[in-house]
Amino acid sequence: MGEISLKLNGELETRDVADNTLLVDFIREHVGLTGTHVGCDTSQCGACVIHLDGVSVKACTILAKQAVGADITTIEGLADGDELHPMQEAFHENHGLQCGFCTPGMVMSAVEMVNKNKDISEDEIREGLEGNICRCTGYHNIVQSVKAGAAKMGGKN
Amino acid sequence: MNEVTKIDGIGSSVRRTEDKKFLTGKGKYTDDINRPGQVQAYFLRSDVAHAKIKKIDVKDAQSAPGVVGVFTGDDIAADKVGGPICGWVVPCRDGSATKEPPHPLLAQGKVRFVGDAIAVVLAETAEQAKSGAELIEVDYEELSPVVDFENAGEGAQIHDEVPNNCYFDWELGDEKATADALSSAKKIVKLRVRNNRLVPNAMEPRCALAEFDNLDDSYTLHTTSQNPHLTRLVLAAFMFAIPESKLRVIAPDVGGGFGSKIYVYIEEAVCVWASKKVGRPVKWTADRTQAFLTDCHGRDHVNDVQLGLDENNKIVGLRVDTVCNLGAYLSAFSVVVPTYLHGTLLSGQYDIPAIYTNVKGMATNTVNVDAYRGAGRPEATYLLERTMETAAREVGMDPAEFRRINFIPKGAFPYQTQVALQYDIGDYEPHLDKAMEMIDYSNFEKRRAEAAKRGMYRGIGISSYIEACGLAPSAVVGALGGRVGQWESASVRVNPTGTISVFTGSHSHGQGHATTFAQIVADKLGIPMENVEVVHGDTDKTPFGMGSYGSRSLASGGSAISKAVDKIINKSKKIAAHLLEASEDDIDFKDGKFVVGGTDKEKAFGEIALAAYVPHNYPLETLEPGLEENAFYDPTNFVYPSGTHIAEVEVDPATGVVQVVDWAACDDFGNLVNPMIVEGQVHGGIAQGIGQALLEDAHYDENGQLLTASYMDYCMPRADDLPSFKVGYTTTPSTVNDLGVKGCGEAGAIASPPALINAVIDALSPLGVTDMSMPATPQKVWKAIQDSQSVAAE
Repeated sequence: MGEISLKLNGELETRDVADNTLLVDFIREHVGLTGTHVGCDTSQCGACVIHLDGVSVKACTILAKQAVGADITTIEGLADGDELHPMQEAFHENHGLQCGFCTPGMVMSAVEMVNKNKDISEDEIREGLEGNICRCTGYHNIVQSVKAGAAKMGGKN
Repeated sequence: MNEVTKIDGIGSSVRRTEDKKFLTGKGKYTDDINRPGQVQAYFLRSDVAHAKIKKIDVKDAQSAPGVVGVFTGDDIAADKVGGPICGWVVPCRDGSATKEPPHPLLAQGKVRFVGDAIAVVLAETAEQAKSGAELIEVDYEELSPVVDFENAGEGAQIHDEVPNNCYFDWELGDEKATADALSSAKKIVKLRVRNNRLVPNAMEPRCALAEFDNLDDSYTLHTTSQNPHLTRLVLAAFMFAIPESKLRVIAPDVGGGFGSKIYVYIEEAVCVWASKKVGRPVKWTADRTQAFLTDCHGRDHVNDVQLGLDENNKIVGLRVDTVCNLGAYLSAFSVVVPTYLHGTLLSGQYDIPAIYTNVKGMATNTVNVDAYRGAGRPEATYLLERTMETAAREVGMDPAEFRRINFIPKGAFPYQTQVALQYDIGDYEPHLDKAMEMIDYSNFEKRRAEAAKRGMYRGIGISSYIEACGLAPSAVVGALGGRVGQWESASVRVNPTGTISVFTGSHSHGQGHATTFAQIVADKLGIPMENVEVVHGDTDKTPFGMGSYGSRSLASGGSAISKAVDKIINKSKKIAAHLLEASEDDIDFKDGKFVVGGTDKEKAFGEIALAAYVPHNYPLETLEPGLEENAFYDPTNFVYPSGTHIAEVEVDPATGVVQVVDWAACDDFGNLVNPMIVEGQVHGGIAQGIGQALLEDAHYDENGQLLTASYMDYCMPRADDLPSFKVGYTTTPSTVNDLGVKGCGEAGAIASPPALINAVIDALSPLGVTDMSMPATPQKVWKAIQDSQSVAAE
């Protein structure tokens, strides 16, 4: 056990956690932010993607202790108050979600992908989402959403 | 009452009202819910496929750190708790009944598959529960595992109650007429196809949180269910023998189901039972490997097909002999899926004068096989559409034209098939034509030639499917062995200001009911959609309902809502007639207003609502106050969506990789309420079908170990495996319900696998390849190419 502190959606969170606590469990169980989901045990599905110092990371593959001092954004921290992030808005407008379980990870992956490459192409989107599994949408509308989100975020494609 | 500004009614692609919570991380799935004082459950599962349990020693586990309780099958037996039940059974050919062995919540003397639960450990944390379970010692006497279901009859007997490991041996159709038709046929096309075993893989793993309230002896269960009322019924009436009123089941946000969350699992029941035992809330969450091992699987058939043709290439008869794997225990729909949801679909879109089918359902040492998206209908469509394509190739006809000459003609509806169903309406040529146009079928050979120049094999494949859905007429279901009614319920409450609360017996786990159902109400009442709230998923709030599966929510659940709204309108007319001092017969309802015909006297819907709840000027002597109506809708027939999907692929001979380069889907779902949501359902269904055809395969080794028990080993379709899809529609409104709607949830998964495999075979046909099994993995395709080349070289 040991105390760790990190910044989560702008708030400093300090908790006493076991050495083997995963970051995703820290976020879900210790802080109680349940928007970040766990869909597999093997870092394959991407339902747990968060941003750690601006980089998208599967929160199930990293120990909470490895994130000490980090600045973390989860799906709950993406919108600006009541105003949705352009990517969240694009998922809504393009029906990019059904059951919603993979959605937080999809959106977080999409935002980082577009932050890196605003003029992202459809092939690049499909390749970029390779680490996120969705069982509902067949990805068609997710790809449309990311394209639309990229345009809202200043992309030219 | 708000001023009517915009009516987002039937036919409008309204953006979903449920999206915002999911997009902002505010969805509430079962695992997101915790209760003070809860303990975590961990299930110790069998790691052998078939064994007698000689001894279980839980002593060390009981005293492990944090452990609150350890229970085994003996504890369940001592409390006389029943197991999961089979919701539908069929008669056997020899007149005997389906063999229904018991399914104990925790193993009693024997384990029957890898993953069979032996004991449950409850502890303060999930980790402590798991560590405690590792201290349980189980002494097995291993038995020979039965894995190969085609030869399961010769294997070791799994249940005392199931001789030869055969749960049922069922038939449908006229065997003699079919034999006569086949013997007089000019040509018989024979095909043996395998429908590979799949894992549904809803992204949210199963989860249960049960609590017991000793003040009134009642339980509350939060669970990942597609049908909370059925879960309550089964748990209360069949497992615990308690009144339903003592058990509240809540299925909050549910992260996908696809059939796997229909049946009541042993973990849900054990959590409920244990919550009283230890006097604390009990929570269990599956990890993905447990999901692979214990969620029901889907498909797993072998079908032998014989199709007879006359001299004009018209079909004269069809015989299908099927063996299917049902796994270690029977569950809710496991018997009906390969029988009445499969055999009855064998006429497809075709006019077939004689059909006979025999299905043997086998027990094996694998997890249960039950409903998975399409449930029986994809298996029927796969064997039929593969056979149609093979027949066309063998007689030298274009596969589209071969289908066309065998379609049930437009004028033949209602059409009585030879396998029990009567199709009310359909028109099949238009969706074939439209799909061909969408994919530019007529220029395909040019594209094939162009691909060949690049060294690629390009192919095209068709699938014209039908499905029976909207489960459905209770009388028919009952006559065929179903043990439940299949109506759906709705309660529509008009609030005093004219806003509406709809309580539905359907359950949404991604389908967008909150939007679609609100559109129906808004359309019928002429009010804004934002004034309509849809409540589902809680047995304490919603009327008893059957839940969502079998593409039934709109056709059955939506129709129930529509009927309840009709009752609201009828009562409102009476109130309006009183307020306007007119005869009820003279009141017209239009655009949200009740108008005395031919006058300008009118009352808005909101005024009627207020009058109903503040009945100062109201016909109280003839009419009850208030404005709330219930409807239970039991359809007179199934609904029959149909369509044509066409796949175009390119095969790389160097790697065997199949790339899906184009997809055209043209479906007839009757009237569409929200085309955007329908399209999303079609996309998702196609993706699951492509997954089955190219990637997915649940594989047990000869010892009964599931080798594909994680996403590292079971290949799920990802964004870069799939193309964008072209989706179109034709429309023949269903005659069964007032809304003229059919169902769209399963169509994509039903239509797509044969289209894709037909396309792969077509691509490789220049090499002489005539068969390909699912999934068409690169290795398999590459080998087919190599084998064909070695044959050519000989």
